[in-house]
Amino acid sequence: MEFVEQFIVPKFNYWIYVVLMMIGMHAMIAKNNFFKKLIGMAIFQTAIILFYVSIGVKEGANIPILDHHMMPGEVHANDPVIAAKFTNPLPHVLMLTAIVVSVATLGLALAISQKIYREYGTLEEDDILSQIKLEPND
Amino acid sequence: MEIIVSPVPFYACLASLLAVIPIVAFGRWPNIRETCTFLAGAAKLALVLAMVPVVLKGKLIEFTLVNEIVKGVPLQFRVDGLGILFGLVASSLWILTTLYSTGYMRGANEHSQTRFYAFFAVSLCATLGVAFAANLLTLYLFYEMLSLATYPLVTHHQDKEARSGGRTYLTYLLSTSIGFVLPAMLYCYSKTGGSMDFSTGGFLAGRVGPTEGLVVLLLFVFGFAKSGIMPFHSWLPNAMVAPTPVSALLHAVAVVKVGVFCTIRVITGVFGTDFLQTLDIAAVVSWIAGFTVLVSSLIALTQDNLKRRLAFSTIGQLSYIILGVSFLTANGVIGSSMHIAMHAVGKITLFFCAGAIYIATGKKYVSQLSGIGRRMPFTMAAFTLGSLSIIGLPPLCGAWSKWFLFLGGMDAKQYVLVGILIVSSLLNIAYLIPIVIKAFFEQPSEEDKVDGIAEAPLACVIPLCCTALGCVALFAFPGFLHSLARLIATTTTTP
Amino acid sequence: MGEQAPIAIVLAPLFGALLIAFVGIRFKALCLPVTLGALTVSLAATIETFRTVLSEGEFIYLISGWERLGEGKGISIGIEYRVDAISALVLLVIAAVSLLVAVYSRTRVVAETPDRIPYYYMLYLLLVAGLAGMTITNDAFNLFVLLEISSLTSYALIAVGSRRAVLSAFNYVIMGTIGASFYLLGVGYLYIKTGVLNMEDIHAVIVANDLAESPSIQVAFVLILMAVWIKMAFFPLHAWLPNAYSYSPTTTGALMAPLVTKVMIYIMIRMMVTVFGLDYAFRATLGMPFNWSNLVVSLSSIAIVAGSVMALSRRDLKKMLSYIIIAEVGYMVGGAWLANERGMTGAVYHIVNDAFMTLCLFLAVGVFIARTGDPRIAGMNGLFKKMPITMAAFTIGALSMIGLPPTCGFFSKWYLVGGGIEAGQWHFVGALLFSSLVNAVIFFRIFEIAYFPKELSDPAPECTDPDAAPVATLQRTPLSMSLPLWISAIALIGLGIFNHTITQWIGSALGSLKFFPPAG
Repeated sequence: MEFVEQFIVPKFNYWIYVVLMMIGMHAMIAKNNFFKKLIGMAIFQTAIILFYVSIGVKEGANIPILDHHMMPGEVHANDPVIAAKFTNPLPHVLMLTAIVVSVATLGLALAISQKIYREYGTLEEDDILSQIKLEPND
Repeated sequence: MEIIVSPVPFYACLASLLAVIPIVAFGRWPNIRETCTFLAGAAKLALVLAMVPVVLKGKLIEFTLVNEIVKGVPLQFRVDGLGILFGLVASSLWILTTLYSTGYMRGANEHSQTRFYAFFAVSLCATLGVAFAANLLTLYLFYEMLSLATYPLVTHHQDKEARSGGRTYLTYLLSTSIGFVLPAMLYCYSKTGGSMDFSTGGFLAGRVGPTEGLVVLLLFVFGFAKSGIMPFHSWLPNAMVAPTPVSALLHAVAVVKVGVFCTIRVITGVFGTDFLQTLDIAAVVSWIAGFTVLVSSLIALTQDNLKRRLAFSTIGQLSYIILGVSFLTANGVIGSSMHIAMHAVGKITLFFCAGAIYIATGKKYVSQLSGIGRRMPFTMAAFTLGSLSIIGLPPLCGAWSKWFLFLGGMDAKQYVLVGILIVSSLLNIAYLIPIVIKAFFEQPSEEDKVDGIAEAPLACVIPLCCTALGCVALFAFPGFLHSLARLIATTTTTP
Repeated sequence: MGEQAPIAIVLAPLFGALLIAFVGIRFKALCLPVTLGALTVSLAATIETFRTVLSEGEFIYLISGWERLGEGKGISIGIEYRVDAISALVLLVIAAVSLLVAVYSRTRVVAETPDRIPYYYMLYLLLVAGLAGMTITNDAFNLFVLLEISSLTSYALIAVGSRRAVLSAFNYVIMGTIGASFYLLGVGYLYIKTGVLNMEDIHAVIVANDLAESPSIQVAFVLILMAVWIKMAFFPLHAWLPNAYSYSPTTTGALMAPLVTKVMIYIMIRMMVTVFGLDYAFRATLGMPFNWSNLVVSLSSIAIVAGSVMALSRRDLKKMLSYIIIAEVGYMVGGAWLANERGMTGAVYHIVNDAFMTLCLFLAVGVFIARTGDPRIAGMNGLFKKMPITMAAFTIGALSMIGLPPTCGFFSKWYLVGGGIEAGQWHFVGALLFSSLVNAVIFFRIFEIAYFPKELSDPAPECTDPDAAPVATLQRTPLSMSLPLWISAIALIGLGIFNHTITQWIGSALGSLKFFPPAG
C-alpha cells in the first residue's frame, strides 16, 4: 500500500503515459498488420502529448489567460502576474506543434500504407514478406 | 649537420609522376611514348646525381612540401646517404629497365602497354618518395602509393593467374601495412607527442620500454612486408605473374628494397641503433631474418619455375640486408647499404636474363634450359656473372657487401648467424650454378636444337649485358659506394 | 546582408520549396532551376556564415530579434541560432552536398519519377532545410520540429522509389517516429527539471542547480541518446537503413546517405557538448556499475565489426554501401566517446569526410546503374575499360573508405586510431583496423570484377527480377552526373591534404572544452 501511496498516486499522470506508451510501442513493433502498427503509433505519440500537457498543470491554477475584468471597477493592468495562479502555457503550446507533427506523420504513414496495399494487395506483414521472399533478393 | 633547403628531391620524385601525362597522351605512338619515359628517366637520374656530391660532403638536402600534414608532422623530403644510395640505384636501373621493357613488351606483343608505362612511372615516383622521406608519415604515404601503383603492373596479363597473384599481393601488402604499420606509427606519434622525424638517435629513443619496444619493432618489421620477411613473404613469388620488366625492376629492386629500406629506417631512424642496443631486442629481428635467409634458400632449391626460384632467392637476399642492419654494428650497416646496390645489380641481371629467355624461346622452367647457352651465349654469360655476384664470389660486386656483412656479424659476436650466412651462400651456389651448368654443358633436346645464335631482341640483350658488366665494375671500383655506405654507418651507429 | 546569413541558410530552401509549390506544379521546367537557385543561395549564406565564424568565432543569431531576458547572460525566450566552427563545417557539408546532388538529379529525377518532379524537388528542399535547421538551431524543441520535417520528407522521398522502397519507407516511419518521440520525451524531462528549452540555458541550469544526479536528467540523457542512435542507425538500431537507402531513387540515396546519419551524429555531439556537458557524458554511470563512455565505445566497436561483416556478404552495390555506412557510424560514435580531444576531433572530421566519401560512392554507383541497368556488384564487369573516368572517381572514393593515403579517409583513421590509442581503447583500434581491411577486401573484389575480363569474374546469377530487366540505360554519362562525381572525388583528396587546417577549425571550437577521461 505504501508503494501505491508513494509512487503511484502522486505520479499517476506519469504512470498513465508510460502505460499508454508501452501499449503503443507494443503495437508498433509486435503487430502484424500495418494498420494496427499505425494505431499503435498514434497511441504512442498521444501518450507523449499527454505527458507534456500534464507537466504544465499546477494544483489550484487556472487557465493562463490574464483577465482584466474579473471584478468590475478594479484596475489590474499593473498587478504583478502571479505564476502560481496559472498553469504553465509553454508545454501546451509546444504540444500544438507536436500534434501537427503527429498528424502529418500519421497522414504520410497512411499514404504509404495505401501505396503498399496497391503494390502488394495486402497490409499483413507476413504476407508481404512471403511475397518478397519469392522475388530475387540482394 | 648542415642542412640545405632545395626542391631537387621533390623534383626528382615528380619527374616520373609528371611523365605519366605525356605517356598517356602519346599512348598511340609507342616510339614517342617510350621516348618520354626515357627523358623522364634521364631527368630523374640527373636530378639524383646532382644531389650526390652534396650528400657525400655530409650535408642533408631538405624540402618541405606541406608544413603540417597532421599536427607536428610535415610532408617533407630529406636526402641523406641511405636515401641517395637507394634513389641512385632505383633511378639508374629504371632507365635500363625502360630499354629492356621496350624490347620485352614489343617482343611479347603485350596489350595495354600505355597503362604499363604509366604505372611504372608512378611506381618510380613512389619509390623515390620513400627514399627521400624525412619522416615516418611521408614514408608511409609513399609506401602505400607504391602498393597501389604496382597492382595494375602485377596483374598486367589480366588472366586467372594474374588475378590470384594480384589478390595475394594486395592481401599481404595492405593487411600488413594497415594492420601493423599504421597502429605502430600512431603509437609512436602518441608517444613522442607529435614528432616523427627520422633522426640519428631515433625519435623513439628513451620513450618506450623493452616490451613495448619489441612489439612496436616487430609490428614495423612485419608491417613493411615488402621486405619479404617470413612469414609475410609469399606475395613475392606470387607477384612473379607480372611481365618480367616488372619482376626485374620492382620485385628485385624497387618494391622489395623499399620494404628493406623502411626496415632500415625503422631500426636506424625510429629506434636508433644505440637505443636498440640498450633495449637488447634487435637480436629477435636478426633471428627472424636469419631464419628467412636459410628457409628461403632451401625453398629456392625446389623451385622449377625460373622466376619463382629467383623470387625465393630475392627473399633470402633481402633478409641479408635486414640481418646486417640488425647487428647494429658499423660494418653491418655498411654491408647492408652496399648490399642494397650490389644485390640490385646482380638480381636485375638474372631477371633480365629470365625474361630474355622467355622472349626468345618461351621457356619458363629450369628443367627446360638444357643447352640454352649455345643459343643465347650473351644472355647466359650475363646470367653466370649475375649468379656469381649473388653468391658473393670475387671478382663480382656481391663479394664486397657479403664481406662487410660477415664483419658486421663478427663484430656483434653473432657467430651462429654468421654461420647461417655462410651456409646460405653455399645454398646460393646450389640453386644458381646448376642452371649455368645446364645451360652450357648439357645437350639441348632434339626439338630445341637451333643452329647458331638466336638471342632475344637487342633492346633486351643490351641492358642485361650492361648490368652484368656493372657487377664486375662495382667490384673493381666500389670506392664510391663504400664511401656512401661509410657515411651512412657513421651517421647511424656509434663506433 | 551579412548578419542575416544564418537564417538565410534555412530560409532559402524553405522558400524554394514554397515557390515550387506555387509555380513549379504548373511549369515543371522551373523546378530544377528553383532548386538550384535556392541551394546556391543557401550555400552562399553558409560560406558567409563560415567566414564570420572564422573571423569572429562562435556567435548567436536571434530569430526576430528576441533578446535574452534577465541579468547576466540571462535566459532566452525566443529561438536562437548558434554557429560555431563545428556547426559551420557541418552546414557547409550540407549545403555543398545538397547542391551537388541537385545538379546530379537533372536526368535522374526525370527518368525515375517522371510524374512527380515538382513534389520531389519540394520534398528535397524541405529535407535540406530541416537538416540545416537542425544543425544550426540552439533550441532543443525547435530541433525536434526540424527533425520531424527532415524525417517526414525523407520518408516520402524514399517511398517514391520502387516496390520495395515503399515497404522500407514504412519501416523507416515506424523506427523514425519511435526515435523522434524518444527525443521529444527526453526534452520533456529536461524541461521539467530546468524549465528552459535553449540548449545552453539547459546546461547552465543543470550546472547552477547541481542537477547532474537527478534521475530526470539521467532519463533524459538516455532517451535522447537512444533517439539519436535510432536516427543515425547505430548498430543494433540500424535495421531501417539498408533497405531504405538501397531501394530509394538514386537521388534520394545520394542525398540521404551522406547527410542524414552524419547530421544525427553532429546532434549527438551537440547534446554531449552543449546540453549535458562532456563531464556529464563521459563520467555518467547512471547508477550502473560501469562507465558510460567505455560502454559506448565498446558498442561502437561492435557496430564497426558488425557493419563491416554484413557489408562483406552483400551482392547489391547500394546495399553494400549502406552497411558500410553503419560501420562508419560506429567510427564516429566511438570517436566522440573516446573522451579525448583527438577522438572528438576525429569524429567531427570524419563527419565531413564520410559525407563526401559516401556521396562520391553513391554518385558513382548511380552512374553505373544508369549506364548498365544492373545494381549488382557482378554487373560491374569490365567497367574500367568501358568508363575509366567514372571508375577513377569511384576508385578514389573506395580508397578513401579503405583509408589509404592521401585521401581523407586515411587521416580520419589517423585521428580516430590515435584517439583510441591515447584512450587505451584497444578494441576500438582493433575494430577500426579490421574495418579498413574488410573495406579493402570489399572494394578490391569490386576492382577485380571491373578490371578483369568477364569470363574471369565470379559467375553472376541470372537476373529474374521483372522490375530490373527493362531499365533504359544511358549511352554516355551526362555532364550533370559526372561533374558532381568528380567534384566530390577531388574533395576527398583536398580534405585529406588540408586535414590539418580543418582539424584546427574543429580544435578552435573544442579548444575551451575540458575532456574528462573516465577514471580507471
